[in-house]
Amino acid sequence: MAKPAKVLLNVPAIKADFPILQRKVRDRRLIYLDSAATSQKPKQVIDATSDYYSRYNANVHRAIYELGEEATREYEGAREKIAGFIRAKSPNQIVFTKSTTESLNVVAYGYGLKGKLQSGDEIVGTVMEHHSNHVPWHFVKDHKGAVLKYVDVNDDGTLRMEQYDELLTKRTKIVTVTLCSNVLGTINPVKDIVKRAHEVGAVCVVDAAQAAPHMSIDVQDLDADFLAFSGHKMLGPTGIGVLYGKPEALDATEPLLGGGEMIREVHLGRASWNDVPYRFEGGTPNIAGAIGLGVAVDYLTKLGMDAVRAHEMEVTQYALEKFARLDGVHTYGPKDVKKKAGVLAFTIDNAHPHDVASILDVEGICVRSGHHCAQPLMERFDLPATARASFYVYNDLEDVDALVAGIKRVQEVFA
Amino acid sequence: MTPDLRELYQETILDHSKRPRNFHEIADANATAVGHNPLCGDRVTVYVRLTDGTIADVAFVGQGCAISKASASLMTDAVKGKSKTQAHELFEKFHRMVTGRPGDPVDTQSLGKLAVLSGVCEFPVRVKCASLAWHTLEAAIQAKKEIVSLE
Repeated sequence: MAKPAKVLLNVPAIKADFPILQRKVRDRRLIYLDSAATSQKPKQVIDATSDYYSRYNANVHRAIYELGEEATREYEGAREKIAGFIRAKSPNQIVFTKSTTESLNVVAYGYGLKGKLQSGDEIVGTVMEHHSNHVPWHFVKDHKGAVLKYVDVNDDGTLRMEQYDELLTKRTKIVTVTLCSNVLGTINPVKDIVKRAHEVGAVCVVDAAQAAPHMSIDVQDLDADFLAFSGHKMLGPTGIGVLYGKPEALDATEPLLGGGEMIREVHLGRASWNDVPYRFEGGTPNIAGAIGLGVAVDYLTKLGMDAVRAHEMEVTQYALEKFARLDGVHTYGPKDVKKKAGVLAFTIDNAHPHDVASILDVEGICVRSGHHCAQPLMERFDLPATARASFYVYNDLEDVDALVAGIKRVQEVFA
Repeated sequence: MTPDLRELYQETILDHSKRPRNFHEIADANATAVGHNPLCGDRVTVYVRLTDGTIADVAFVGQGCAISKASASLMTDAVKGKSKTQAHELFEKFHRMVTGRPGDPVDTQSLGKLAVLSGVCEFPVRVKCASLAWHTLEAAIQAKKEIVSLE
């Protein structure tokens, strides 16, 4: 029996901060359940980016004049906020990139391909990774002769940790794992995974794209060597991402992009590099994006990441209970919300996920359908596609009720 | 159902998706092709038996959404007995219909039953679902070797 939710976040007040949630879709209230793909943006973030362009647009780290100083101050201020958000020791451990994808590519290229890895060295990943944490490592395999190994999942969507132990060898140099699956919602025991990786002398790369928006992260406690996430999934703008690294890990990483900003001195035919993190920020960065992300971090910090997590657990629990009572509807991933984030992949008997998404769309409900950029995981579960609902701070139990009503309508169409 | 939805999931479409016609392999097919829409995981194989440039028999197997399955089913009914050129012309008309604007006149005379898919034009993201089987048929009768992939 669903119990009335303990309201941990003031969702109506939060909804009011998001201009897009005031609009209608096909004459219906917009019910946005695709935050795992990209989150909506509060007006504070939108205003911060437009404020940069309207009031102090200038390049960073170059201009001698006042505008440039303001822009640099705000840009570096965002770096400090993000360092605090994930409890990094220093803002110098925060590299701005364009996305999680770029962050992971910087590590695969700079630490794997151009770094100390030898042919035959092993990289351990998992079958539940997003494509962005698969494909960069394929490059390392193809161009460096690295050996890729993968930890499988149990049928309940948790990692097979006993198999992980078996895969680790003296030749394991990199372990790469998602903190939270974008399909199953599984929250992986990353602290434990990092510890075991370190025991064999490997570094651990953590994909936090689905975790950073939804739960508090302490990189020192996790002891991760690298950690990547994106701004746009956590209320920030698109085109801004973050790579965190331990100083020794970043020092051992070659830059991916050569150009302005990342250099100290350039002569014909040779150059010396700037310090970390600027070494990795070749070219004019996404200044407005970084500033916007800083404000998104302020917004989340004000809500409190523990409250955000508790709220999403409540909504997810409610959804799992409602779904369990629907005949012919199947959900994937852990059923225990302590091990699951607010990501709910599901299928409906006799209805293809694409049709499910189209019918829900007409109801004003946005859900994802397809393989969720996780084809190896879909193959593992022998699924061509699923629908996926994902929850965030602006979703409440009413949104879940609307989703459940929409699913019943889908079942009517395909009865 | 709302009017948009009723248009997209007409009775004929639901019928063809639940009970697809010509849904089997053809043992003596002399032209086949595989179509794949990686975005939604749809996969279709089209089998054709060509006799003197005419589609003597056509069938398909695969998995996909209601729109792609119904479209494949309706397509096989529509092109059976037609020449390669006629089939191609029909595809062009079909494609114009599903990529057209809502309210555009539909050439029901030449499209026949295929006209039930005209509602797809209201849902541009579904055009690929409706045209996958057609692209695959084209590949089969033009003897293209590679897998048709609609990104």
